Amino acid sequence: MAFLELRAVSKSYATDGKRTEVLRDINLEIDRGEFVAIVGYSGAGKTTLISLIAGLLQADSGRITLNDLDIVEPGPDRGIVFQTYSLLPWLTVYENVYLAVDQVFPNWSPAKKQQHTEKYIALVNLSPAREKKPAQLSGGMRQRVGIARALAMDPQILLLDEPLSALDALTRATLQDEIGRIWEKDRKTVVMITNDVDEGILLADRIIPLSAGPGATLGPELVVDIPRPRDRTAINHNERFKAIRREITDYLLDSRGRQRVTVSKKLQLPDLEPEDLWAPRSRAELRGGPVRRATMRRETVEI
Amino acid sequence: MNKNMLKIDWLILPLFGIAIVIGLWAISSATWANELPSPAKTWEKSKEYVLDPFAKRGEMDQGILRFTWHSLVLVAKGYALALLIGTPLGFFLGLSKTFTKTFDPIIQILRPVSPLAWLPLGLVLFLSAGKQASELGALFTIAVCAMWPTVLNTAVGVRAIPQDYLNVARVLKLSRTKTLVKVLLPAALPYMFTGFRLSLGIAWLVIVAAEMLTGRPGVGGFLWQEYNALIYEHIILCIITIGVVGFILDRGMSLLERRFKTA
Repeated sequence: MAFLELRAVSKSYATDGKRTEVLRDINLEIDRGEFVAIVGYSGAGKTTLISLIAGLLQADSGRITLNDLDIVEPGPDRGIVFQTYSLLPWLTVYENVYLAVDQVFPNWSPAKKQQHTEKYIALVNLSPAREKKPAQLSGGMRQRVGIARALAMDPQILLLDEPLSALDALTRATLQDEIGRIWEKDRKTVVMITNDVDEGILLADRIIPLSAGPGATLGPELVVDIPRPRDRTAINHNERFKAIRREITDYLLDSRGRQRVTVSKKLQLPDLEPEDLWAPRSRAELRGGPVRRATMRRETVEI
Repeated sequence: MNKNMLKIDWLILPLFGIAIVIGLWAISSATWANELPSPAKTWEKSKEYVLDPFAKRGEMDQGILRFTWHSLVLVAKGYALALLIGTPLGFFLGLSKTFTKTFDPIIQILRPVSPLAWLPLGLVLFLSAGKQASELGALFTIAVCAMWPTVLNTAVGVRAIPQDYLNVARVLKLSRTKTLVKVLLPAALPYMFTGFRLSLGIAWLVIVAAEMLTGRPGVGGFLWQEYNALIYEHIILCIITIGVVGFILDRGMSLLERRFKTA
């Protein structure tokens, strides 16, 4: 059995009585110590997928297991880094991380908890900012706190939900390198969701495309067999990198192409004809005025 | 230059505004409002109350700050009671949809009821308390009237807590009490403080009405007594005192509010 397993997982949301299927038949197996990236369009259901693994949402059908145990609720064994940082703004950097440490290791002595907290703040190079509130930090620094908090819980698996998508390109590159560096150190199991194919290839062992929604599903996976450590400038000329990127991009573009949307609407044309006295009419229409053949047109447009 | 501009903004212009109003008051008392005492006469008659603010010459003849103190003590008690009841009530309203559906309509009905309507009920409720009846009745009125802004703002604050923060609490598996103390309370605090500030304003409004009707010593009681004694200068003195104290309370609360601003 794989470490993390998703079997035929589906999830739909109901809004205004209409059900929209977000994820359809998701199958995924991840081994211990693997770094897997899932790339897809915005709004395809990536965050839903990671929320299912985190246990923040429940799947409609299918099974999700971690270490052969069903995931039924969120817990600190799955550290999650949110796209929106999700730091508590009234706590300092230190307190944000300490809250997690204190919660996950309640039996430790205060000195040990403190030391553990300091260690992870140092790991993301934030020691000078430890007494600052999130509002005083840049986006990149906030996300470092998020990563430190998730890692300090010593989770079995780290879930990254588009952790870098809110950052500018330069900060993004720095943090990508940093995530790579941190991962090389302790080789935790990581599932990263991203909308950046290059980012996925740079960091992951395997990269899996998520097709465009609604009813998104996972496409064929690609093993990123580019030796580590990967250098972000050199990798751009790597043939294997180019091939993987082309394949993933093609799949994603194709999956969107298959999704055709048809719009059908009633057209209200100007009155040119006399009233059609033979047309069947309901009581509602009697009140609405004369019925003309022209007003009964329908047009279907394909986009 | 810049510093001078600032001084104009917060000192000269407001003083100018006050001077205009006093001018209108003087003109009015000199022309169409014969019974309205002029500013000079008001000062003349009020001098002994203002210059010796803590004097106590009799139960209803005390220095103006001594009266203010009596009123403030009563407001503090009633206000504390309002917060004590209002905050948890607001939390329940914010957290539970069923609770909201059950109690929101009755709250909306009770909220606009005037303090003048509550006071007689308060007096009747505590009729058996004898001498204490007027104080308990006033407390009841203040609490009932001042509670609503706290209740509603707390409820809004709790409902407005971002899902992100709740997710953090869920992932960390914080216990109920810990979620309340570490996440819900700090996240709702800015809204709650807005409620607290509005509640204090209302409590101060209510005290005057309550004192007028019960004849308790205090700014409102003094105002009513002097009206009956035909000393109209003191009515104006009381109005100014009530206004200034209300202003100071509001400013104090907004300073506190800024200190506790979390986001």
